[in-house]
Amino acid sequence: MSVIELSDVSRAFTVRSREGFRRTKREVRAVDGLSFTVEPGEVVGYIGPNGAGKSTTIKMLTGILVPSGGTIRVAGVDPSRNRVQLAKRIGVVFGQRTTLWWDLPLKDSFAVLQKMYGVPPARHRANLATFVELLDLGDLLDVPVRQLSLGQRMRGDIAAALLHDPDIVYLDEPTIGLDVISKARLREFLAQINADRKTTVILTTHDLDDIEALCTRVMVIDHGRQIFDGTLPTLRASQQAPRTLVVDLATSLPPLQVPGATVTKVTGPRQHLTFPPTTSAAPLVAHIAATYPLVDLTVAEPTIESIITQLYTPPEAD
Amino acid sequence: MVERVLRAPGQYWMLVQMWIRSTLAYPASFVMMVISAMLITGTDFVAILLMFSHLDVFGGFSLGEMALLYATSSMTLGFADLFTGSIERVGRRIREGTLDAYLIRPVPAFVQTAADEFRLDRIGRPLQALLVMILAFTRLDVDWTVAKGIMLVVSVVAGSVIFTAVFVLGAAFQFIAIDSAELANSFTYGGSTLTQYPLTVFGKEIVRAVTFVVPLAFVNYYPVLFVLDKPAPLGLPSWIGLLSPAVAVLMVALAALAWRAGLRRYRSTGS
Repeated sequence: MSVIELSDVSRAFTVRSREGFRRTKREVRAVDGLSFTVEPGEVVGYIGPNGAGKSTTIKMLTGILVPSGGTIRVAGVDPSRNRVQLAKRIGVVFGQRTTLWWDLPLKDSFAVLQKMYGVPPARHRANLATFVELLDLGDLLDVPVRQLSLGQRMRGDIAAALLHDPDIVYLDEPTIGLDVISKARLREFLAQINADRKTTVILTTHDLDDIEALCTRVMVIDHGRQIFDGTLPTLRASQQAPRTLVVDLATSLPPLQVPGATVTKVTGPRQHLTFPPTTSAAPLVAHIAATYPLVDLTVAEPTIESIITQLYTPPEAD
Repeated sequence: MVERVLRAPGQYWMLVQMWIRSTLAYPASFVMMVISAMLITGTDFVAILLMFSHLDVFGGFSLGEMALLYATSSMTLGFADLFTGSIERVGRRIREGTLDAYLIRPVPAFVQTAADEFRLDRIGRPLQALLVMILAFTRLDVDWTVAKGIMLVVSVVAGSVIFTAVFVLGAAFQFIAIDSAELANSFTYGGSTLTQYPLTVFGKEIVRAVTFVVPLAFVNYYPVLFVLDKPAPLGLPSWIGLLSPAVAVLMVALAALAWRAGLRRYRSTGS
């Protein structure tokens, strides 16, 4: 049985603006006819540009926002009508702001959450011990949340969201602003929690490495509509993103003239050329080797960023 | 619904305990805060004492009677402020979007907002009011009956509830006008100043307003009139003070509706 079901869900906002003395009301559809289902234990990467409707979707799934149309079922109930009841079964992390108590030490926040969610004391101790170890929280427990660094706070927030063994966790940009090491540690932790507890994870992010590391499934949303839903390899295959040829020359030269490819970047003797995926690299390499003093070269496959950028702005039809 | 309401006091206490524990971690600082709260809120009564160094009677009230009126006013506001004063911070939470954190938890947002950063040092005001009340009893020549004693206790509870309802109404209004905390304060703290004096000195219009519009006269004025065997203004019956629990219930119902409407508005507009 699906743990999350959305059927034709929309969410409109009224935007009031003022021009001179005239007031205008405009309706903006943040989410427009969204339908999908998520199975228990899935890790779904939910991505899209700023303002695509990601956070609005998460807020509707948690019951904070009431949808303007369509139906939502999370763990079998309508989130906006059963918000308080559903709260025990979900965990939420807002990357941009903490849900912890600013002035209290981390361990006090955890103690309150235990009571709030009615977690049995033995279970709470076991969970806390696991999270303290995996997230390296030992030295932070006595520190008031306001004194924690962003990465430390995020670890605290994630532990807080998981202490009551939720079936579903929503992570809204959990790696935003974190350094590379903190990001890697978080991803490792989330992967382990998902493997150990079969927790369903919905993750919004701008960092596609998060997706690569964690997600079995990717959903792309733009202008409130779903534009892709599938696995990462399918996403890669579906898009005809240009490939890149990186050539190292013996000396610095002006941009190379190669038929069928264009130079996009020149850094000293190194030049980057892009060419369409339909073109074979071999004749290009042969041409360059014959014409210029070639030292070394590599062919780079399209990055996930470039694939998704293409999705957001589909090529205009001629 | 009923179950949720019954669980609320326990949930409230759980959250409040956490803040009390963190406050009491610094006992000396806590004692200083309580004493300063007593002194600051006590300046209002000093003003009344100064006034009575020139007058014997003010608005038909002697110093002892004024002390009782002041004490009940300060005590009811003090209790309301202690238990729900934090709720005025909801406007800031709406603006910053941190109210969302309350909406993802299995405890009603109202309980969390009311308990938000509970400050035990606010007990300074009711303590100070208690001292003034004791002073009033020593100076008053009241023909005490059991009914009057019960009336006084009940009216302090009802009055606190009325002030609480006004706090909640003010907070609910912030869902519509986010920066309206000051407006709400004019009804609570401003209203408290009003209730420290015999209302008749402000004129009939004010008496009507605080009887029928924002029923602050039921917080302490009418009950105190009843205890002191004084006639009620506007030709109202002298037992009108007995209605203050009913007014409290009415105000709670109104505040609950307003809060729910505010929260619904928030949840349908987003942050």
